Formats: sequence, structure tokens, C-alpha cells
Amino acid sequence: MALLEVDRVGKQFGGLAALDDVSLSVRQGEIYGLIGPNGAGKTTLFNCMTGLYSVSAGAVRLEGRAVHNRPPHEVVRHGFARTFQNIRLFANMSALENVMVGRHVCSRASVLGAVLRGARTRAEEAAIRQRAQELLHFVGLERKGRALAGHLAYGEQRRLEIARALATEPKLLALDEPVAGMNPSERRQMAEFFLKLRDSGVTLLLIEHDVKLVMGVCDRVAVLDYGKKIAEGAPDAVQRDPAVIAAYLGGEV
Amino acid sequence: MDIFIQQLINGLVLGSIYALVALGYTMVYGILELINFAHGEVTMMGAMVALAVIGALMGVAPDLPGIVIVLGGVLVAVPVCMLLGFGIERLAYRPLRNAPRLAPLITAIGLSIVLQNVAMLIWGRQYIAFPPLLPQDSHALFGAHVSTLQLFIVALSIVVMLGLWFTVQKTRLGRAMRATAQSREVAALMGVNVNGVIAATFVIGSALAALAGVMVSAYYGLAHYYMGFLLGLKAFSAAVLGGIGNIAGAMLGGLLLGVIEALGAGYIGDLTGGFLGSNYQDVFAFFILILVLVFRPSGLLGERVASRA
Amino acid sequence: MLDFLRARPRLALILVAVLLAALPFLVGAGLGKSWVRVLDFALLYVMLALGLNIVVGYAGLLDLGYVAFYALGAYLYAWLASPHFGLHLPFWAVLPLGALLAGVFGVLLGAPTLRLRGDYLAIVTLGFGEIIRIFMNNLDAPINITNGPQGMNLIDPIAFGGFALSKTHKFFGFAVSNAHLYYYLFLAFVLVVMFVALRLQDSRIGRAWAAIREDEVAASAMGINTRNVKLLAFAMGATFGGLAGGLFAAFQGFISPESFGLMESIMILCMIVLGGMGHIPGVILGAVLLTVLPEALRYVGDWQRAMLGHVAVDPADLRMLLFGCALILMMLFRPEGLWPSRQRKRELHAADEVAEHESASVYDVRG
Repeated sequence: MALLEVDRVGKQFGGLAALDDVSLSVRQGEIYGLIGPNGAGKTTLFNCMTGLYSVSAGAVRLEGRAVHNRPPHEVVRHGFARTFQNIRLFANMSALENVMVGRHVCSRASVLGAVLRGARTRAEEAAIRQRAQELLHFVGLERKGRALAGHLAYGEQRRLEIARALATEPKLLALDEPVAGMNPSERRQMAEFFLKLRDSGVTLLLIEHDVKLVMGVCDRVAVLDYGKKIAEGAPDAVQRDPAVIAAYLGGEV
Repeated sequence: MDIFIQQLINGLVLGSIYALVALGYTMVYGILELINFAHGEVTMMGAMVALAVIGALMGVAPDLPGIVIVLGGVLVAVPVCMLLGFGIERLAYRPLRNAPRLAPLITAIGLSIVLQNVAMLIWGRQYIAFPPLLPQDSHALFGAHVSTLQLFIVALSIVVMLGLWFTVQKTRLGRAMRATAQSREVAALMGVNVNGVIAATFVIGSALAALAGVMVSAYYGLAHYYMGFLLGLKAFSAAVLGGIGNIAGAMLGGLLLGVIEALGAGYIGDLTGGFLGSNYQDVFAFFILILVLVFRPSGLLGERVASRA
Repeated sequence: MLDFLRARPRLALILVAVLLAALPFLVGAGLGKSWVRVLDFALLYVMLALGLNIVVGYAGLLDLGYVAFYALGAYLYAWLASPHFGLHLPFWAVLPLGALLAGVFGVLLGAPTLRLRGDYLAIVTLGFGEIIRIFMNNLDAPINITNGPQGMNLIDPIAFGGFALSKTHKFFGFAVSNAHLYYYLFLAFVLVVMFVALRLQDSRIGRAWAAIREDEVAASAMGINTRNVKLLAFAMGATFGGLAGGLFAAFQGFISPESFGLMESIMILCMIVLGGMGHIPGVILGAVLLTVLPEALRYVGDWQRAMLGHVAVDPADLRMLLFGCALILMMLFRPEGLWPSRQRKRELHAADEVAEHESASVYDVRG
């Protein structure tokens, strides 16, 4: 059953069609890759799916429920979280606090609760803190809880962003170029991490340029070029598709 | 109908002055995304300095024709304000170019307060009268009165605005200004002296402000250390109305705001059954500002600010 | 000495409590009753500053028209507890109503405008503050609602049954003046406001505000309903402003639109900025300093008279000039304020830190 359905989505910026009739579906429990040359519209599609952009045409559905043209926080509430291409952590908050912010949707304390700090609020805060600690452990940052997010090393920041997104208890996690700027050994570690993530029950949607990583980790892959989907399927099939090769290397299709 | 034409004329005159001040706000915002709160005070300084010079000239050479004396005042006020604008940018805004947005905003407020109080300390708290040196006659036009002074203000404003338009569209400096407004980094990479362009923007804006200050004080017959605040706020509203960063927008916004304010003041009594009077005139600019920002934040002609993702 | 106290927080707390309790008597004996009134005003401004701190310091929203909420609370108190309409409701009914009215206006103003960019929000709130003042100044005709520029006077003082705070009372043989009595009342309210602010800072909502301040897009992508959370900050700040307004009206017995101008808003903002934005001790410091120093400036007038025979520069004129200079200098040299929280200091010197961090990292930071 399709967890995420992208149904003929189009996005216009003035006269420019950044996305044109893009359809794809992501199944529960798979790792789905989205690749394509720079400027193909991958991040635009991400933004449309997660509420940062409105769609000009088409629909996006998560578990059957329409999430397109909804504000980002609502999309998150339905179980669809994301990370950013150029890391957007809360740099001056600690790593732990960053992840705790991610728990916002799973908690309910209001102003009254915050001021009175009754038993329920205290229990909730303790639960938030504990879950955040667990998530830090999951991404291997358990000892960096008190470090400022802005002071972490690059790879650690990437992982922190994932931990933060996981704190929202997503069914689907969209990662925008999660291994950009990493060396091969780090990429291998991240690839293993993605598998571990998938095994823990989170469906993954990946934008990546690293073909080797994508082929190694993804169950299925879609290729975008100039805002259109030009191929979809198992990684090795897509890799051999002439249209895909032409898109990356240039030349007549 | 008489009152309509009269208020329309008054509005256009007021509007031209708003437009001149609005241009300063819009140019600075287009390049720096900063509301130069001190701009209204620069306008006030233009008026005060001009009046000081006029007063001195009248003491020293009372036989000079009125218009020459006023010109003398203008010729001193404009360079002084240009220097002031340059100083403000260099000393207060340039060091904060990369600071979070709150810092230059608060500095601007501080500057505004400092300039107001310096003027108050120098020239006192009382209203300073603008001597009747300019022609006071008026003509009949479509059933209303237009004074020579009003015609003069509008004419001069149009000339100055055309001059600015030409500068921005056709000269090298203008091209550099437009490029810097689009993207500071790229303009710098293309060899534009960004600091120089920013300084020039402030200087030009201040010159216009000085002129506007003299016009306002000539038109209303007086100047006061606090006059810049409201005028600045309204001019900024005009700039937003037309589309911030958009020079044509500032001109249009200024004229429109002047007309709306004049017509509103004229008709508000009738419109509200006597509940609100023309003493609520100042409120119009604020309401328009809020309405524009809530319903059409890019203004009438669209904003021209580099979009930083 | 400070380390001694830091090691024994309970002792420090007791000392502070004793000091606060004795303060009005110490000040009254040492400097005179007028200075006890200054102390009362200082407490009022601490309340206002703490309220604005929630808006500006926690949520990062620049409100330049905060005084409008102060005005609303004050005028509501005057409407419901003075001869103007003949109503004399008790303070425990009117104060909450004032706070509520201000809070409602906070929501009304915030709902359409909080999505605006920082500087635009500043100007819009400034405009709102001015609109309120202009209305207060002009609503004396055709129906006299606010008595216009003359203001409203003979406002009922706060009274517990027959015990009015506006009179001097005797306790154990000591005469305790109205200024002293109001001091304790205001101190109680300040402690409540402080308590609420502290609790909020360290809560789910406080974290959400900090997140929005850091990166609003990321915050909303993490599930925070930024619009509602910002509105909450705005409404809370407004509520505290309205509360302080009611207390002000009762205390002074007289209000006029003059007390609620743009300069007041800027002053309160000043207190937060100079003291230490977002940091409660800093904000309190700022509020106290900026209430007390202008009063101290009056002595400059006396000093001039003594030295020069006349007053060359009226200290009242100097006051705003010095404020403006202080704002500029603080922003240029110490934007985090006199007593910042460590986090805020980091935020505002981020540029230096980024350079440090980038040169330390081996990889290109993408994006």
C-alpha cells in the first residue's frame, strides 16, 4: 500500500515550470531514491511535498490523506518529516535541545501547564528529554547532548538533523542530500545507518547525487530531469535506461 | 465638488513631498533591507539648517530677494544633509552590516532619537517660523485655489524625480545601484564598489530629504524638531504602498498617500457622521500601511528587494 | 563574596528577600519619599519589560508599539473605577479585565501581522501604538470616552475593603506611606510575572519560541505551528502590559495620553536591549537602571545650578539624547546587553564564531 502518493504534481514559478506532471509512489518500508541532474527539481518536489511550497497542479497524499498546500507543521503532524539540503539546525541551542524541539508535535503542554508544572507536565518533560536522549544515542551522538549544535562537526550535524526529524515520530522521512560533503568512509557509515533506520520502521525518501550510495541502499529510484520524471524502477534498471544516461551525460534521447 | 478639487490639489502637493522622502527609504531598503528610521530626522535637519541659514542671511543681507535667500538656505542644507547621511551610514550602519536584523534596526531608532534631541538642544522646543519670503499669491483652477508655492513644489519635485529616474536607469552609478539592490555579493564580484554604492544611495536619499524638508517647512510655514518623525513614518508607508525598493513605486505611493490623506481629512467628518474629525488625519497613513502589509505586502507596483532564500 | 553566595543559594535567597523587604524603608530614610515612588515606578517598568521580553527576547518579534497595551489596561481601569462613568468596580475585577482586554487586542493585532518580516512588524506595531494614542487623545467628542488630552483623574486607588493603599497607615507604631504599600503590592506582582516568565522559558513553549527565533522555516518543518506560537508570545506580552497598565492607573490616580507615546515603547525596548535581551536578570537590571538613572539626572540640574549659577542644559532634555546614544553604542559594541545569557551572547557574536568554525572544519560546508 502506497505510503506516499505524488499525483501529477506541477509547480510553476511565474512562467517557469519547475515541476511538470510528476507522479510517483513510495511504499511503506522501502528506501526510495530521487535522483537527477542539478536543477532537475528534486528539492522543489521535496518542498512541495512538505508544505514549504504550494503546488500549482496535482496532489500529494500521505496514507491517502491530502498533504499538498498544507502548512509545514500540519504535514509533520501527519507523519512526514524532512531534513534540509543546507543543514538548518538551531545553531545556538544544544544538540539535546534541538532534538527536544522535534518532540513538539508529540507533546501537549500548554502555557498553563508550563507555568503550573503539574505532575503531568513534569512527566511529559521527562519523557521528552528521555526520548531525545534515546534518539541521540540512535544516531551515535549520545555524548554530544550538551554541545552546541553549531559547534558540532559536519557529519555530526547531519546526523543531529536526522535525529531531530526522527523526534517527530514520522512514518516517512525525506532526506535532502544527506551525505553531501562527506568522504567515502562516512558515506558508507551513513548508508548502513539508513538501512538501520529503515529497519526501525521508518520509510525513507532520499535525494542524492551519490549514485553508488543510491544503488546500494535504495529499493527503488525515480529520476527527474527538467522537472519531469524520466524513469522509475529498481536501481540497476534505471542505471541502464538510455534516457537517464542522456540526462546525466547530455546528448539526444 | 469644490472641496474635492481643492483637496486633490492639496493632496498632490503633499504627496510630492512624501514621494521625495519615500525615495530615500525605498532606495536604502532595496539595497540593505533596512528601514532607515533616521531618514525622517534627516529631513527635519534639512529644514532646520535651511531656516538657520535663512535667518542668518536675512540678518546680514536683508535686501536680497526672498527667493535668493531661500536658495541660500537650500544650498547649505542639502550638502549638510548629504554629509549627515554619509556619516550615518558609515558610522552606525556599516559596522552592523552582518549583524542580526535587530541590531541595525535598534541603532536606527537610536539615531533617530539622537538627531531629534540634538536639534532640540540646538534650536529649542518651539516652532520656528518660515519667513514669508516666497510668493504668497494663488490662482484659480477648476474652482479651487492653487498657490504659486504649491505649483513650485510640485514642479520641483517632478524635476528632481525625473533626474533620479534618469540617474538610476541610464547612468553607470544607477546601474551599479540596481545591481547591488539585486544581489550585493554578485555585484561585488562583478567589480562594483558596493560600499561606495551604498554610501551614494544614502547621500542621494539625504539630498532629496533635505529638499523635502525645506519644502515642508516652506509649505506649512514652520519647522520643529519633532517634525521628522510623523513625516518619516508616512513617507515610509508611502514607499511600502508603492512597493518597497521600487523607485517608481515610491513616487506613486507618495502621491497616492498624499491624496488619500487630503481627501480623507476633507471627507472624514461626512463619512463617519461627525464621529471622527480631521484630527484623525495622521491615522490614515498608519491604517494604509497596515492594510497594505496585510493584504498586498509587495505594494502596488511590486517590491524590488533581493530575495534571500 | 559572590562565590560565597553562589555556593549557598538558600542563604543568598534569604538575603535578597530581606533586602527587598527592607528596601523602601532604607530608600525612604536615605533619599526621601519621592525616591520610594521612583522605586514603585521601577517595579512597574520591570513588569512591562518582562512582558515585552517575552515578545522580543523569547520569540524574537520586534514590537515597537507595546505601550498601547499598557494604555488599554490603564484606560480600562479608569473607565471601571473612577467617577468618569460612575463605576467603581473593585481592583480584583478590573485588573484581570484590563489584562484580558490588552490580551484580546494583542491577538487582534498579531493575527494578521505576525507573519510579516521583522522590520515590517516593527513599523506596523509602531503604527498600532500611535493609532491607540491618537484615539485616546481624541475620543472626547462627540461622546466623551477618554476625556481627550486632559486625561482621566480621580481614579480609585487599590483598596482591600476599607484599607486603601493610597493612604498612610500605621503598623506597630510605624507610619507606612502609600508609596511603601504600593511597593509591596507591585513587588508581589513582579514576582508572579517573573515566575511565569521563568517557567515559560524553560518549557516546551519556550523551546518553540527559541526555535522560531533561530530559524523559523526549520521550526515549522519540525511541526511547530509558528503562527500560533508567535501569537501566544504576543498575547502574553500584551496581557502583562495590560496588567501593568491597570496598576499604573490605580497607583497614579491619573492618566493621560501623554504617558503612552512612542517614546515609552522605545524606552521599554531600551530596557530589554540594554539590560540583556531574553535574560530575566538582565531585563530587570535594564528596567531598574533606566527608571532610576533619569531621576538621578535631575541632580545634574542641581549640580549645574551650584556650579554655574544656572541650568545650562536641562537634564530632562539630556535624558533622551543619552538614551539614543546608549542604544547606538550598545548595538555597536555590546549588542547582547549588560547582563546577557550565555546563549544570547553566542547568538549575537555568531559571525565571529562561524568564521572560527569554518576554518576549523576540513570539509566544504555546502549550501
